[in-house]
Amino acid sequence: MRSWQRFRQSYFFYSFKRDPVALGSFSIFFFLFMVSIFAPLVAPYNTYDTSTYDIMDAELPPSWMDDGEERFLLGTDIQGRDLYSTMIYGLRTSVFIGVGAVLFQAILGIIVGLTAGYLGGRVDSTLMRIADIQFSIPYLIVAIIASAIFQLAFGVGRFEELALPLLIVIIGLSEWPKYARTVRASVLGEKNKEYVEAARVIGLNRRLIMFRHILPNTMTPVLVISTIQVAQAIMSEAALSFLGLGMPVTKPSLGSLIKAGFEYVFSGSWWITFFPGILLVTFTLVIILFGDWLRDVLNPKLYKG
Amino acid sequence: MFAFIVRRIIQAIFVMVIIAGIGFTVQNKLGDPVRDMVGERVSVAEREALRDKLGLNDPFLTQFGRFVRNAVHGDLGISYFHNKPTVDVILSKAPATLELVFGSTVMILVLCFPIGIYTAIKPKTWFSRFVMGSSTIGVAVPVFLTAITLIYIFGVELKWLPSYGRGETVDIWGWDTGLLTADGLLHLILPSISLSSIMLPLYIRLIRSEMMEVLETEYIKFAWAKGLRRYRVWLVHAFKNTLLPVVTVFGVEIGILFAFTLLTETVFQWQGMGFMFLEAVERSDTALLVAYLVVVGVMFVVINTLVDIAYGFINPMVRITGAK
Amino acid sequence: MGHLLEVNGLEVKFALRFGDLTAIDGISFTLDKKEKLGLVGESGAGKSVTGFAVINLISKPGFISGGSIRFEEHELNRLPEEKMRSIRGNRISMIFQDPMMTLNPVLTIGTQMIETVLAHRDASKSDARDIALEKLRKVYIPSPEKRLEQYPHELSGGMRQRIVIAIALLTNPALIIADEPTTALDVTIQAGIMELLSQLCETENMGMILITHDLAVVSQVTQRIAVMYAGRIIETGPSDYIVNCPRHPYTIGLINSLPGARKAGSRLTQIPGMMPNLTAIPPGCAFHPRCRLQEPVCKKSRPALEPVSAPEHFAACHQVDKTVDQDKLLNLLNEDNQ
Repeated sequence: MRSWQRFRQSYFFYSFKRDPVALGSFSIFFFLFMVSIFAPLVAPYNTYDTSTYDIMDAELPPSWMDDGEERFLLGTDIQGRDLYSTMIYGLRTSVFIGVGAVLFQAILGIIVGLTAGYLGGRVDSTLMRIADIQFSIPYLIVAIIASAIFQLAFGVGRFEELALPLLIVIIGLSEWPKYARTVRASVLGEKNKEYVEAARVIGLNRRLIMFRHILPNTMTPVLVISTIQVAQAIMSEAALSFLGLGMPVTKPSLGSLIKAGFEYVFSGSWWITFFPGILLVTFTLVIILFGDWLRDVLNPKLYKG
Repeated sequence: MFAFIVRRIIQAIFVMVIIAGIGFTVQNKLGDPVRDMVGERVSVAEREALRDKLGLNDPFLTQFGRFVRNAVHGDLGISYFHNKPTVDVILSKAPATLELVFGSTVMILVLCFPIGIYTAIKPKTWFSRFVMGSSTIGVAVPVFLTAITLIYIFGVELKWLPSYGRGETVDIWGWDTGLLTADGLLHLILPSISLSSIMLPLYIRLIRSEMMEVLETEYIKFAWAKGLRRYRVWLVHAFKNTLLPVVTVFGVEIGILFAFTLLTETVFQWQGMGFMFLEAVERSDTALLVAYLVVVGVMFVVINTLVDIAYGFINPMVRITGAK
Repeated sequence: MGHLLEVNGLEVKFALRFGDLTAIDGISFTLDKKEKLGLVGESGAGKSVTGFAVINLISKPGFISGGSIRFEEHELNRLPEEKMRSIRGNRISMIFQDPMMTLNPVLTIGTQMIETVLAHRDASKSDARDIALEKLRKVYIPSPEKRLEQYPHELSGGMRQRIVIAIALLTNPALIIADEPTTALDVTIQAGIMELLSQLCETENMGMILITHDLAVVSQVTQRIAVMYAGRIIETGPSDYIVNCPRHPYTIGLINSLPGARKAGSRLTQIPGMMPNLTAIPPGCAFHPRCRLQEPVCKKSRPALEPVSAPEHFAACHQVDKTVDQDKLLNLLNEDNQ
């Protein structure tokens, strides 16, 4: 209760309340996030259950259009699934992969960055060289090639079953250098401060100093890049799925929905692509806007790469 | 400067070896060169004999050495689907991709500098506000959505521009180009716009913020105090200082542009390397996939190294310290 | 004969979110041809802003909100920008504080000099180059041909400031505004640069406004001094009088805080308190909260610049009668008459 009180009186909360962009983007984000978490409760149909949809309902336009039906608010997709429900489940998948991938890359990057920054010397230069080299190749290329190799290794059927955890790993692996660099930069900043010196003098061991003392102080930049990274990861996932290297159409993410609808745009069924597209853009946009605000308020010295 | 270049080149070679290692591992574990050569209808014994003959039962390092040696000579195996050397397949697709990257780079360069500079000099005009607003949204729109929207508007509804393929191309010394025919150029418009949409907002913002920062410096104030004409202050004094950071990111960014050709080519059925790569994945054409990996990897390393060296030439301070 | 520069009731404001802030509050001064005027005050007193106001280059959100600036036959703050540009850097040159920051890092010295000539003269590039070389020699730059090819970071601070001075000389200006020209330099070369500037004013027939916080420096170089405090001139007069018998308590405080003003071994005095922030300038005399002589009237009405006993010496203080040091004044007047 005390910390809630303190939070409410903080500068952070004050500027949050006063900034319409921050307030608006966070509200939309929070709303969509909740919708995706409670998808089974919110969505009118369970689109993972094949018995709930019928191919006869395929490609029905949104309900307000001439051929639309009351049952399907935003129309149906090519398999006859309610588009509205499919989108909610798709958002859920995208959020899941986005957050999962960011957690994965954050843990990997933080461990590498912390080790490199704290130990210094050879370890540091080796780890950072690796990060630099991977950084010089665009994450999307890394992710695409990695997915392609995985798909080849597992075969298409098995890959589709494992798509969710695999995508988390692939996107995580393609993006970790950003965390490693950020954490290392702030560790180097913290390392020579007096409290670390003091901890060393009283004889705490290295690992304890690293995790208990230095790590908490590097959390601000990590938090700031994490918001942007979630947006990035969601967009990466959408791109991979759009290329057919991500989520299968049976368990669609927003990206695979757009892919599925793309071929039907030309025959006039624009909604199958349009609505998931709008949802994807809205969701990533609010995360980016909120992340920008967060960066401006917390203003950590981000490592400029 | 010389030592600097040597250092960069050594690093580049090191990275290429790593890429070759990954490529080789994939080839070795997932590929089947025997099938690639003779197809599926050959008996097990015959295959085994062929394996021996090809040296596929040799120790790992020997095989890797051979892989690298062949790669250096431009031999990265044979594509099972195309029934041609993989390097030939990639080279035949490269012009399409390079022209697409070229088209959108031209588009980015032509647009980002004037717009970036303008929004920095006159940040309060409605045009600047509009640019800044739409560039924020632009960052959040995936390239394939931009592409689909453009196709829907200009291809399907208005029927102004062709929306798939490269159109008519001509062969110039083995380079299959669409840049010399009107039809080819028309086909290039929508893909180039889509692809540039990924980088243009970032570039405009980058140039704008760098330029605004530079405009606040003392030396710009001194340039005004010298009574220089405003275009000289903006374009020579301020802009030249803005160029440095922009060039540094350009190497990385052109790589990202290249990465996004995969998406653009898919949407527009543009017969380039990206399209080819995704086909190769679908057909489990391992040799072609590995060749793509190696070619793209080498390309990145070369571009990054060149950009680093170019940066050394532009920035007099790096040049001097490099010389010492 | 008219003055070279005549500033009358100049007022500069900064447009901020909560309203306009007055940075310069109606200052007036004149400068004759070949005359050197020192503009002295603490940082934030408005000296630099005054300098920039003269060439109409106040950075945003500042703007000139009143008064007039006459230079030669032009009314500067009513001049269209293109006309102003042809005066700026041509008839009036400016020298900035930090030579490390003043020169553009990515352009050669030659480019930065030649472009200045070309901006104001209808000359060929090689003519402009010759002019540049000539001016570099004037500021005693060794091997000037070589310097033209160099970038600023290849030169030392003192060398760079000489080059900045050479740039200021390129168009034979009638007026140089030097904004703390030696503050950022090593103490060992400060005197040399100041000496050079002073001497150039004589040989090149230039007037100079020397902006500095260092009374000791100006008193050696300039004929007249204007002391600024919180956006106003509070005392002005011939340098000798300002230094030897200052009348405003603030000027007196400044002089007493100089080493050398007192007997060797005695403590330096300092003025108590700080100069007020522009957002909170006290009513009446802005200096009264720090003043030892303050009376109730000082809090109520703002003193105007009034002539004091010596010729052309003005001070803005209600208590000016208490600050007369008759002995020193008489000595000075006698010297003048001899």
